[in-house]
Amino acid sequence: MEQLSTRQAALKPKDYKSDNKPVWCPGCGDFSVLSAFTKAMSAMTLDPERVAVISGIGCSSRIPAYLNVYGFHAVHGRALPVAIGLKITRPDLTVLVAGGDGDGFSIGGNHFLQACRRNVDITYVVMDNQVYGMTKGQASPTTAPDWMRSKLTPHGTRINPFYPLVIALASGANFIARASSNDPNGTARVIAEAVEHPGFSFVQVLSPCVTFRPEQRDWKKIVRPAPVAPTADPAVAARRLMTDDNFFIGTLFKGGRAPFESGFAPRAEVAGELERSFGLTA
Amino acid sequence: MKTITTRVEFLAHALAIEEEAAERYAVFADQMQVTNNPEVATLFREMARLEDEHARRIEEMSGDKPLPRIDPWAFDFGDAEPPEAVDYTATHYLMTPYQALGLVLNAEQRAAEFFQRIADGDGEADMRRLAAEFADEEREHVERVRRWRGKYPPPEPHWDEDPDPPNELE
Repeated sequence: MEQLSTRQAALKPKDYKSDNKPVWCPGCGDFSVLSAFTKAMSAMTLDPERVAVISGIGCSSRIPAYLNVYGFHAVHGRALPVAIGLKITRPDLTVLVAGGDGDGFSIGGNHFLQACRRNVDITYVVMDNQVYGMTKGQASPTTAPDWMRSKLTPHGTRINPFYPLVIALASGANFIARASSNDPNGTARVIAEAVEHPGFSFVQVLSPCVTFRPEQRDWKKIVRPAPVAPTADPAVAARRLMTDDNFFIGTLFKGGRAPFESGFAPRAEVAGELERSFGLTA
Repeated sequence: MKTITTRVEFLAHALAIEEEAAERYAVFADQMQVTNNPEVATLFREMARLEDEHARRIEEMSGDKPLPRIDPWAFDFGDAEPPEAVDYTATHYLMTPYQALGLVLNAEQRAAEFFQRIADGDGEADMRRLAAEFADEEREHVERVRRWRGKYPPPEPHWDEDPDPPNELE
């Protein structure tokens, strides 16, 4: 039992929410993930002024607007480079990145690989609904090849889906987990663990799109906790992924790589030169 | 996992249950307001207010004694979700008051069962007495919500069909 007397101890999850009302469809899994973000921040007693949530474009990327912490709604697929730049220049901040499967694995797919490799100490939460929801329901990189409901892919995509956990592991992410929006408290726990683990942490959250993939409401009947503890051995994690059906939830991998640090002191004179060249200062 | 054996642990759980219910109903009220379903929005807003009142009453019961700080995932609800929380995926922009009150009714029933389980279990006698009072109160809510729902007709068949949907698969 921990008694805290600081201001942060008094902050409840709802204190991390902004006054903006989400415009997601009623029933969307992203409401639960928003709740999980606020619960994790409250449980970690994070000071809102020391947290930044960066996003790309898409339904789930609206999250920064709904949080009462610093936020940046970046260009499509480019949330990770923005977040990495921020963390390297301001290592004192807790930096989280939020987005969807299209933003993160297609438009920003290469940034995802490089972010895993670089292993900067940030946490990337991808709300995966296997569809582009904001643009009204096209197949995304994680869509099954036989999903035929979109007019753009009437015969299905007929190409292999992207397996985010496999790619993250192969690329060097230091923390890899999967959660389900059907369990906001469990998702909050995984996000808190991911933030606390050094290096690049990746969390895939299965978050149904009830409008364009209504069958995903049944995910809650399929997801179940992985019956194994997290491993620090990439080979063991890889073997586990060989038998993963994408519905096991929990933390798969907690690696021991040291996070990337730039090793350079901030060079204010360079910033000054840039500002002068852009005519921002005399 | 934090077990429930003392009065303060019980009150910490009860407070979390009521606060989560209030928060969830407030989210649903906002959803219905944003999607222009004002009747159901008003209903959920009223439920949020009532649950928030319960939460404040529980805070008063704890008096000057601070309640233990428990991480959201460490409560002993017997389930991943607090018993009175309605599933985030349960709402629909065309839902009717009857359906909304059906969700509330189920939530109140789950809360009554949870408190009764504590009342029937082990632990401090004072805590079990309090849990029995809470269970009685939740059962009273169940009856009240049932009467409230009785004022509305069940939904028509095909209630979720929208001739001009805001979102259509392209």
